[in-house]
Amino acid sequence: MNLTPSEEQEMLKTMAGDFLSDKLPKTAVKEMEESEAGYSPELWREMAELGWMGLALPEKYGGGGMSFLDLAVLLEEMGAACLPGPYFSTVILGGLPIIDIGSDEQKEQYLPRIASGETIFTLALTEASASYHAASVETKASADKDGYIITGTKLFVPDAHVADYMLVVARTDDKAKDEDRISLFIVDSKSQGISHTLLETIANDKLCEVTFDQVKVSKENILGQLNQGWGEVQKIIQRAAVAKCCEMVGCIQKVLDMTIDYAKERKQYDRPIGSFQVIQHYCADMLTDVDGARLATYQAAWMVSEGLPGTQEVAIAKAWTGEACQRVIALAHQIHGAIGCTIDHDLQYYTRRAKAAEVTFGDASFYQEIVAQEMGL
Amino acid sequence: MDFRFSDEQQQLRQEVRQFLEEELKQGLWQPSCDAWIMAYDPQFTKRVSAKGWIGLTWPKEHGGQGRGYIDRLIVTEEMLRYGAPAACHWFADRQIGGAILHYGTEEQKRELLPLILRGEAYVGLGMSEPEAGSDLASLKTKAVEDGDDYIIDGQKVWTSGGSYMNWIYLVARTDPDAVPKHKGISEFFFKADLPGTTVRPIVDITGGVHFNEVFFDGVRVPKTCLIGEKNRGFYQILNQLDYERSGMERLMANYPLFEALIQYSKESKRNGQPLAKEPAVRAKLAQLKIELEVGRLHMYRVALVMDEGRAPNWESSMAKAYGTAFEQRLASTAIEILGLYGQLAPKSKRVPIKGMAYHSYLSSKGYSLQAGTSEILKNILALRKLGLPSQ
Ligand SMILES: Cc1cc2nc3c(=O)[nH]c(=O)nc-3n(C[C@H](O)[C@H](O)[C@H](O)COP(=O)(O)OP(=O)(O)OC[C@H]3O[C@@H](n4cnc5c(N)ncnc54)[C@H](O)[C@@H]3O)c2cc1C
Repeated sequence: MNLTPSEEQEMLKTMAGDFLSDKLPKTAVKEMEESEAGYSPELWREMAELGWMGLALPEKYGGGGMSFLDLAVLLEEMGAACLPGPYFSTVILGGLPIIDIGSDEQKEQYLPRIASGETIFTLALTEASASYHAASVETKASADKDGYIITGTKLFVPDAHVADYMLVVARTDDKAKDEDRISLFIVDSKSQGISHTLLETIANDKLCEVTFDQVKVSKENILGQLNQGWGEVQKIIQRAAVAKCCEMVGCIQKVLDMTIDYAKERKQYDRPIGSFQVIQHYCADMLTDVDGARLATYQAAWMVSEGLPGTQEVAIAKAWTGEACQRVIALAHQIHGAIGCTIDHDLQYYTRRAKAAEVTFGDASFYQEIVAQEMGL
Repeated sequence: MDFRFSDEQQQLRQEVRQFLEEELKQGLWQPSCDAWIMAYDPQFTKRVSAKGWIGLTWPKEHGGQGRGYIDRLIVTEEMLRYGAPAACHWFADRQIGGAILHYGTEEQKRELLPLILRGEAYVGLGMSEPEAGSDLASLKTKAVEDGDDYIIDGQKVWTSGGSYMNWIYLVARTDPDAVPKHKGISEFFFKADLPGTTVRPIVDITGGVHFNEVFFDGVRVPKTCLIGEKNRGFYQILNQLDYERSGMERLMANYPLFEALIQYSKESKRNGQPLAKEPAVRAKLAQLKIELEVGRLHMYRVALVMDEGRAPNWESSMAKAYGTAFEQRLASTAIEILGLYGQLAPKSKRVPIKGMAYHSYLSSKGYSLQAGTSEILKNILALRKLGLPSQ
């Protein structure tokens, strides 16, 4: 057992942290949030040049051949910096599934373009019932002579408004069981019949409602096995949950650091508020939550990285981290006083994102149930 | 980063499990909560000693196995998982041996370490006094030099296992005029049955006898019982406390209750279905499991820090405060899940799961006090780790 990051991971962390704090002051975050695209194409290009898009993609497709654990380190820094934009959608929700189950042709076609930053991907999974259970997939893909016709409405699809392609989860046949006959398709976002509307969100990110009205896709665009897609979808959800945890760990570590700095510097009754024991204990509780979240998250990331079956570890990480974030943020606000409740204060960026992250890719109740099953209850 | 245990470690865990399974099969003892601190079984301790699992982390030249703290954590984790009666050797193995190795003279090492290794030192920790709880440095029990001896007068309280101990680790004042007061404190290790020593049991909240008052009335101990430097005892204690706080017993003291509760929830029916099928019960049990596993990671981190050769100062404070809060939630949730049955005492008619919930709910109140209250531990996190200004 060893909890120390490797030298490369330390380097990546420092490099990414420096780069992001240089390029991404909160004023830039704000600009991106307010822009239509929701990200800065210029920064996107620079990230691609640093090799971030392809970090965990195989070298033969133009990637860096690094592991998911390495990617976890990068995601943590992105969480700490509140990086807006389609990185998560493209890499975690698009690139990694294609590595997993894409055909050789699909890999050759898409992965190099992901690695180079040319192509933006996303995943169209959730629907009106807003759940991550198989039963909630109602979008249909009906067989047509040379392919499929997709009809349905997807909700909470991140970055669909800028995505070049979407992985669309659809039912390929009437269901026998909920999990049966679900397939994944790679769909060109410009296909006829696709329209999107932006939803307004607490994190100020770009989630879309995407409507598929008789959208034609060819057979070659099935990702993985026909009708057998749910297993992969679960894997995507699990991995995305861990990736979210990494961002959340970065988020609350930063919130803790900000709060400690503030507690040392803000004076009331002629002394720093950090000298009041109540405040000290709040800070100790925050630290304990941050470290617990970090431990659980990296354990899960390590399992994913090693390709080990980690259903329980992932569930523990996401359930714990989601709730830990809420406790940390609540205390951070309490310690900051009124200044933390202003739109011009950095804390609000974290407060917003952490709440969205808690419910994205499964909340604590969702994962408690998975743990319960793993316990044989 | 690597969350895997080495083959050797997995093998060690397997060995401990097999040993404990075999003991259980022979009906040598019953698993119980708090067994690490309340279940005294000299024969069991002898068998553990024969296995080489006492002094596992000590250097080989002192009879240890020279293994790491992760290995020790594996052994103690399994002991706790099985609720094995390890109280006779626990303190000696956990902190006294280490203290002697650190601060003892060669002669003390030669004399005392084998005693611990053989599982023959049942140690009581004589630190707290009626007026010296968290503020240990204000202790009054004094040790006064007299020729080749020290003469000890005073009172200790809350001494765990005081009725069983045959050795006592005592913290006493050797300089009454020291300023600040913590600079006049020394540590001693001596037999618990010396003339002038009186042990008086205190009935604890469960109705059992666990901790004690210990009175010293002119107890004469040779100077060779002084451990470490005279008047430097407080610094030694701070270091020892890091170890005292560091173990799996701060997370799994009542683990047998958790297993029994899960089993019970699967088997007992309420409203025509197993309890474990009720969403609220499932969620509670799963949440406990999540908290337990996060706690295990905290504990393993502490052991890794020790394996790196660092005292696990703030890490063990964090782990202990976290772990004991978990244990208390476990006990409380257990009674909630058992419902009306949860209130039944261990010897009551119709009591489920041997009354472990009742016992544990009451006994766990002390977990967040002993070895440093959670408040003191959070002070340590705030001041030493986070660098917040002192008051
Ligand atoms: C089951 C059990 C077994 C024990 N076994 C032993 C043993 O074997 N040997 C031994 O020597 N002792 C033992 N103890 C005693 C234990 O070490 C003390 O209980 C502990 O040090 C706290 O002291 P106290 O109980 O006097 O509480 P106090 O120190 O009086 O504390 C009371 C309350 O005040 C708070 N408080 C005190 N100071 C501060 C501060 N600076 N900041 C914030 N809050 C503060 C505490 O956190 C607590 O909430 C045992 C206790 C228990 C419950």
